[in-house]
Amino acid sequence: MTKTEIGSVQNEASLGREIQSKIGEQLRALYDGVLDQGVPDRFVDLLRRLEDKDDGERR
Amino acid sequence: MKLDPSVRDAVLAAVPSLRAFAISLSGNVDRADDLVQETMLRALANIHSFQPGTNMSAWLFTILRNLFRSEYRKRRREVEDTDGSYADSLKSHPEQVGRVEFEEFRVALGKLPPDQREALILVGASGFSYEEAAEICGCAVGTIKSRVNRARGRLAELMQIEGAEDFGPDHTTRAVLADSN
Repeated sequence: MTKTEIGSVQNEASLGREIQSKIGEQLRALYDGVLDQGVPDRFVDLLRRLEDKDDGERR
Repeated sequence: MKLDPSVRDAVLAAVPSLRAFAISLSGNVDRADDLVQETMLRALANIHSFQPGTNMSAWLFTILRNLFRSEYRKRRREVEDTDGSYADSLKSHPEQVGRVEFEEFRVALGKLPPDQREALILVGASGFSYEEAAEICGCAVGTIKSRVNRARGRLAELMQIEGAEDFGPDHTTRAVLADSN
C-alpha cells in the first residue's frame, strides 16, 4: 500500500459511503417505481386467456 | 390443465416484483414484459415441479433469471438497449434523486456484467437474502457476496466519473454519440 494522508483516507471512506448510499437509493427508486405500477392489464388478460383456453379444451 | 386459484393469485401477486427485476436487469420495458410473460407461461406449464410450501416468488425469479441469461447469451453481440423507455414509463418519477442522476445510474447499471447486476438487484432491491440469491443464481453464497461487492465498487467508479462531468453531455449530444457508435 502506498503512503496516504490519513485525512484523504477518511475523505475517501466517507465519499465511498455517500456514493454507496446513493447507489442503494437509486436502485430502490428504480425498482420501487416499477412496483408502484402494480399488475398491468396485459398479465391479467394473459391468465384469463389461459383459463378460457383450458375451459375450451375441456368441453 | 386448470389453473388452481391459489396458484393463479400467487403468480399474479408476483408480477410487480418480477417486472421490477426484469426491467432493472434488461433496461427495457418491452423486453422485460416479454420476459415476465414467458416466465408466467413456463411456470404454469411446469407448476407440477413447484414444491408447495417453498418460496413461489424465488421459484419465479429463478425462471426469469434463467430466461434472461439464455437470451443474453444469444444477444451478447448486440448493443444493450438502455433507451430510457423504462425511466419514461415510471408513473411517479423519483424526484428525490433527480432526473440526471437517475439517468446516470441507469446507464451505469446497464454497464455492469450481468452476473454482478443480477446479484446486486436481488440483494439490494428485491429483498432476498444472500442465501436465496445464491439459490436463484445457482451459485455459492460467497460468490453472490463478492459479485454484490464488485457491483457496488464498479457502480461507484462509474458514477464518480459521471459525477465529475456533472452536467456532462446533454441528451441531444448523447443521442448523437449513440448514433455514431
